[in-house]
Amino acid sequence: MYAQQIKTGARRLKSLAEMEPQERAFQEHVDAGSKIEPKDWMPDGYRKTLIRQISQHAHSEIVGQLPEANWISRAPTLERKAILLAKVQDEAGHGLYLYCAAETLGISRDQMLEQLHNGQAKYSSIFNYPTLTWADVGMIGWLVDGAAIMNQVPLQRCSYGPYSRAMVRVCKEESFHQRQGYDSLIKLCRHGTAAQKEMAQDALNRWWWPALMMFGPPDGESVHSAQSMAWKIKQNTNDELRQKFVDQTVPQADYLGLEVPDPDLRWNDARGSYDFGEIDWEEFHRVLGGDGPCNRQRLEDRVRAWEDGAWFRDGLMAHANKKADQKSLGRADAA
Amino acid sequence: MDAPPHANRTHSNDALFAYTLRLGDNCLVLAQRLSAWVGHAPALEEDIAVANVALDMVGQAQLWLALAADLEGQGRNADDLAYGRDAGAFRNLLLVEQPNGDYAKTLMRQFLFDAWHHPMLVALAASSETRIAEIAAKAAKEAAYHLTRSRDLVVSLGDGTGESHDRMQAALATLWPYTGEMVLADPVDEALAVTGAAPDLATLAAIWSDAVGATLTEATLVRPADGYAQRGGKQGVHSEHLGYMLAEMQFVQRAYPGGTW
Ligand SMILES: [Fe+2]
Ligand SMILES: [Fe+2]
Repeated sequence: MYAQQIKTGARRLKSLAEMEPQERAFQEHVDAGSKIEPKDWMPDGYRKTLIRQISQHAHSEIVGQLPEANWISRAPTLERKAILLAKVQDEAGHGLYLYCAAETLGISRDQMLEQLHNGQAKYSSIFNYPTLTWADVGMIGWLVDGAAIMNQVPLQRCSYGPYSRAMVRVCKEESFHQRQGYDSLIKLCRHGTAAQKEMAQDALNRWWWPALMMFGPPDGESVHSAQSMAWKIKQNTNDELRQKFVDQTVPQADYLGLEVPDPDLRWNDARGSYDFGEIDWEEFHRVLGGDGPCNRQRLEDRVRAWEDGAWFRDGLMAHANKKADQKSLGRADAA
Repeated sequence: MDAPPHANRTHSNDALFAYTLRLGDNCLVLAQRLSAWVGHAPALEEDIAVANVALDMVGQAQLWLALAADLEGQGRNADDLAYGRDAGAFRNLLLVEQPNGDYAKTLMRQFLFDAWHHPMLVALAASSETRIAEIAAKAAKEAAYHLTRSRDLVVSLGDGTGESHDRMQAALATLWPYTGEMVLADPVDEALAVTGAAPDLATLAAIWSDAVGATLTEATLVRPADGYAQRGGKQGVHSEHLGYMLAEMQFVQRAYPGGTW
């Protein structure tokens, strides 16, 4: 997902009886479905886990601007250009709310960016794939925003108040993005030329598996996943969400007349779900570890934007300080 | 014999077509330039702001080009005009096609344009041509916001650090020769000014000059001396830069003719 493989610092789950009174009160509060707010006491691990998850989510929104921004200048109509600009602008806005949500936990945006730039913090593996044709833009809206929604809808019920509220705003916009992406694929596949449909099929071939990887590896016996669930940061297992995504998406591919690139994909009547093939987790780990097709390029772009922009940020700060000094001087004169 | 319906006008549809193309092309070309910063701006707030301005400009381009296509009456639409013309048929100012350079140059270009664009749209909102007046009234609201933003940034960065000041001053020097064209009237401008369809550019020149002068003073920037004003964009004689921009912008339409997008 936008946050993949978040470590919680837990080695095993504590029972209520083993907890100190403060932690027990916290856990009971969470168990009752109440929200934790910034000023409330919280276990250190809970705070650190949320910082990791929310900042990774924010970084994904920011880096996620790049593959789509790559096509703004080449969008094939003025309307598509406007829609894409608005979408990428929304993603930057999501990054902004999420950085603000993480800041309530005692970390600054500059610190988080530093962690992104030095490679300490991760972002979603999906944004390390290239956008090679116009159809990739539609594919990202349909599949990537679609997968993001699967994950973010339950996050609206996350125990941490600022994160859950940020998700409410974000989810509305993501579903809009998903519909616009799908709509542009309908144009290519159902109203377009043979070459356009071919372009869409090629894009699906390249994006299908990376989209499934967005949900992360099966939780299995992961203590981190169990701890996140106990804290109500996470509500569903990775496999549950992935299955839901496949079940929702395959009929949409059928409507487009596109073939999902998975020979093992078939409807399972007994389960009432689609069975699908084995995901290449080696590829997932390789991309997350830095060797995807675009990891270096994406990070370089972000670091360059930050470094080249230092004079701009310093200039604004210097001007604001001058104004503040003049104001306090003015007050001193008046006194 | 009855007089033709437009006999009372002293300007032709050709002049109106040319004029609305200029307005639309300015917006389209500047939007295209600004888009290149999305995801690469110096701060997250700037990624958002630059996308927002670009989005407004695309919207305005759509309105002007749709009107231009209608005035032309050849069955073309706004997209045909945007994606089907070669550089020589574009009528934008040379200023807006200037390369982005650093963020200082992008912001200075924006300010110099906004300081002209906003009063231009305010004047056009009173145009004798209703369809022009309607688009201008809507666009003027957006342009007012663009001008406030670019003006504030020019002041802050001009009067910021030594480096930000020097960058803004250098950007100003590079762009200054392209500002004269905005207020240099040609026969199209004159024909429309006579009927009240468009403002008199001499009046606009004074408004622009005062606003720019005041802002530069506040920004502690030195106003360059007026030299020869580079010109030609409004008549379709552009810099070398425009062809590359269009090659990129029009690529998909040209590589996949007859598509539905
Ligand atoms: Fe987003
Ligand atoms: Fe989105």
